[in-house]
Amino acid sequence: MVEKLRFRDPKMAERVAEKIREIAPKKSLVKICHVCGTHEWTITHFGIRSLLPKNVEVIAGPGCPVCIVPASEIDEATQLGLKGIVITCFGDVLRVPGSKMSLLNARSQGADVRVVYSVADAVKMAQKEPNKEFAFFAIGFETTAPSTAAEVLKKPPKNLSFLVSHRLIPPAMELLLGIGDLHIDGFIAPGHVSTIIGLRPYEVFPKAYCMPTVVAGFEPLDVLFAIYMVLKQFSEGTARLENEYTRAVSWEGNVKAQELMRKAFEVADGDWRGLGRLPNSSLRLGEEYVRFDAREKFDLKIQHGRDLLPGCQCHLVMIGKIKPTECQLFMETCTPQKPVGACMVSIEGTCRIWAKNRIPNLRRN
Amino acid sequence: MCLAIPAKVVGIKEDKAQVDFGEGVLREVSVSLVNAKVGEYVLVHAGYAIQVLSEKEAEETISLWNEILEAEEDLKGK
Repeated sequence: MVEKLRFRDPKMAERVAEKIREIAPKKSLVKICHVCGTHEWTITHFGIRSLLPKNVEVIAGPGCPVCIVPASEIDEATQLGLKGIVITCFGDVLRVPGSKMSLLNARSQGADVRVVYSVADAVKMAQKEPNKEFAFFAIGFETTAPSTAAEVLKKPPKNLSFLVSHRLIPPAMELLLGIGDLHIDGFIAPGHVSTIIGLRPYEVFPKAYCMPTVVAGFEPLDVLFAIYMVLKQFSEGTARLENEYTRAVSWEGNVKAQELMRKAFEVADGDWRGLGRLPNSSLRLGEEYVRFDAREKFDLKIQHGRDLLPGCQCHLVMIGKIKPTECQLFMETCTPQKPVGACMVSIEGTCRIWAKNRIPNLRRN
Repeated sequence: MCLAIPAKVVGIKEDKAQVDFGEGVLREVSVSLVNAKVGEYVLVHAGYAIQVLSEKEAEETISLWNEILEAEEDLKGK
């Protein structure tokens, strides 16, 4: 696509990188945090970090919607599967570890676990096989939640229920600011979440936390310009909310999608893998739709799970506290072929992105 | 998961659209979350169009970038 090529123009990238080097502070460390697995992919795949001065660091926050699903919710899905309920889910979540097993392990023990491209496919499957009970494992951030809402509101077939595990991004960004020793100087906010929620929910970051915040797209030039825009604010000593991704993100966002979400869901506290419970960070089905809630329908009572295996440091990778290469398991016992932690499973997990782009070559030892 | 791919709408029937991901790959996606027209580009995530892309804004972004870069180069020149 023409647009794609223009947003990848290497000559312009070099010019932006030069500008970044010019306006970046000469000595003090500047830490810019993004909160999206796709941003991490762009940054790593296109080697954007190598274009930045050494004292400008870009770290990855909890922006992989698969990695942050807590083990307790994987356990709910595997339990349902082993009970004989057909589990439909996105492919990415198949190998995410639960306390004892992943959905893939459950499948090898006889559970009927099927990968779907979208929630609409899950609905079609349930309609085709009315004699079987189906549950759709609804994970994802605000980008994915509206599609679940749309199907819930369309009155799905009686044999389909929803195991809703949607999470919200702004509360996770607030969590990062509460971590004293992380010292973030600016945010690159996730473009696709923002197509839905718009700019308004990020207003709090510059206003209350003096945090330069730039919503960005996913082409290499989008990310480079977002870094430039954050640094520009930083050098001016100001904090504003800016939109780099104007071709997809507006102030109000996708109002139609927001309306569907408001109708179908209620906001609740939610557990994030390895990070504990964050207030007002998850969605659950509203009272009117509890009959579609798999937790109610099948009386699921799992409260806690084991989020991390011994040695796994996914919780620190997910908040950008350490780099994947600083985890002892990275590319030793934890590999894309045989992942130990959730960050190595998903294509949006920081560890997997680093592994696939051969960042292990940068190991310190 | 939050990956969304631009595609061109080639046909719409109720809330389903045929979209072209380029190189002739056509797929049916839901357009129930957006008001898209044939010929427009949409961002597709997990089978749903989540936003209509603005070609005008894409153009303006590129020209704004050029302006920023040139303005700074001018300043440097002075």
